[in-house]
Amino acid sequence: MNAPELHALQQRMAAAVMRPLTREEQMRRRDEQGQSIADEASAFIKPNDRLSSFERLEIYNRQYWFRLFSSFEEDFPGLKSIVGTRRFERLMRAYLEAHPSRSFTLRNLGSSLVAWLEKNPEYTHPKTGDAIAMAALEWAHIEAFDNERRAPLSTNEIAALDDTSRLELQPYLRLVEAPSAVDDALIAIRDASQGAGPQASNAMQIHLVRSVRSRKPAPGKIYLAIHRHEDSVYYKRLSREDYLLLRAFERGASLGEAIEAAFAHSTLSESDRANQIQSTFHYLMQMGWLCTPRMMESQ
Amino acid sequence: MPANRFNGFKDYGVGIGLRVPHYRHILEKKPVVDWFEIISENYMVDAGRPLSVLDNILEQYRVVQHGVSMYFGSAEPHSREHLRRLKELVRRTKTPWLSDHLCWGSVDGTYTHDLLPMPYTFEAARLTAEKIRQAQDFLEVPIAVENVSSYAEFHVSQMTEWEFLNEVVEHADCGILLDVNNIYVSSQNHNFDPHIYVNSVPAERVAQIHIAGHSRFEKYILDTHDHPVLDPVWALYARAIERCGPTATLLEWDDSIPSFEEVHAEALKANRYLKSQTETPALAVTA
Repeated sequence: MNAPELHALQQRMAAAVMRPLTREEQMRRRDEQGQSIADEASAFIKPNDRLSSFERLEIYNRQYWFRLFSSFEEDFPGLKSIVGTRRFERLMRAYLEAHPSRSFTLRNLGSSLVAWLEKNPEYTHPKTGDAIAMAALEWAHIEAFDNERRAPLSTNEIAALDDTSRLELQPYLRLVEAPSAVDDALIAIRDASQGAGPQASNAMQIHLVRSVRSRKPAPGKIYLAIHRHEDSVYYKRLSREDYLLLRAFERGASLGEAIEAAFAHSTLSESDRANQIQSTFHYLMQMGWLCTPRMMESQ
Repeated sequence: MPANRFNGFKDYGVGIGLRVPHYRHILEKKPVVDWFEIISENYMVDAGRPLSVLDNILEQYRVVQHGVSMYFGSAEPHSREHLRRLKELVRRTKTPWLSDHLCWGSVDGTYTHDLLPMPYTFEAARLTAEKIRQAQDFLEVPIAVENVSSYAEFHVSQMTEWEFLNEVVEHADCGILLDVNNIYVSSQNHNFDPHIYVNSVPAERVAQIHIAGHSRFEKYILDTHDHPVLDPVWALYARAIERCGPTATLLEWDDSIPSFEEVHAEALKANRYLKSQTETPALAVTA
């Protein structure tokens, strides 16, 4: 068996291991072309005195899917709550068939979920808006938890900014716009399932002193910054203007362009805008959310 | 025997796996533990709590890295990004040796996240050994490969699993992480005598030993790491220690994880065998 033959054998077995299960969580009897999987298994796997080749292969087939299901469910309890258990199962299977893991870590399993949900609204209809926002929040939580922290801009560097300056956001900072209070709903879900653990958000702490929250997100547009502080992930609600400002930085806009984008269609007066910019930058500096663009940093 | 070139000449005792449910207990109570084994992939991140906890642990304990996705047996080349991240972690932990499995699990960049069995052929052994050598050269740390539990065998195999393991480690000139629970599980699933396996391994290459629990089903045994170690596995462990001498030992408990004290107490049962061997020299000759 040379290298290409080993590769071919592994491709063959991986295709069988990753083939979707039946509804009863068993290995399928026929492949996509109608060929017998028992024959396929017998072609490369030995039977023993207790198990056929098919049954031995099935152990791996089931383990593969159970491992992925478990990881995906753990990462997206909020999405499951919005679409319901049965629809979530369908959605999860369809997504994982379309996006098998391309990373050495299961942490990245949901990295394509938001884009996939946007292209496949039939899995979330009629709650597509809430479902996409919740998935975006849950993926942002994963990224905020362990993404890089770069050196933030210093006070002097912020004081030296002008309209043409370009800035980048911390890699652990993620922005989500939602049609409903998905943050409250997710906190309630996590709280119910695991209690206020060490990865709790600030909103989690707020939850402890508020009345019980609904797991159904309350309607009303919100803008969120999902970030990390002292190793805990926090969900911070932003004003529309602050959200648009940060989004513009994320797109690579200059400071002048970002401020213009932030106040497009804003109802704030000129003087209120000036005050808001000042307080926003004070906050951004305190939080250390702004960095020098990588390209400039390397220069 | 315990300290050899495959485990960085370290004479470690009985360790346990560092697992999230025990973080708080370990950091607050600071229990006396010989060493911790970490799953490398859980800490191959850029920042955040996993690395903060790890740094805290590193200040107080000895840590050894154990990986689950190097896939030495996959026919495709190593991922450079994976190796780069792993090397960063090696620098951080200063692990005296590093282990991963003798298996495959990825094809054409898609990961199964499973430890799939190898076809036991001479060419597969050569290709696998070459990848271990490449990783060892890049990471600049001794590598020990672990035998996996398996549930299937290939028609194309030309030798037994232990012959394959020996072929690989000789070609790669690397160490062995001997998992006696995996040997037992595979022996039951493939009808071989597990003692022949233990007796056939080159004792001088054994850098570390794993013990764990498993689950028995009607027609096969599954390596579940959710139980205490069972008697037949302790018997294999006793034989391994008899051959290798008192070797760094690690209890794996990854599912239905009980309290820290319970896991640690189970691991410390290994001392019954290790301590008897400190008084009696090992049977094999140190390399």
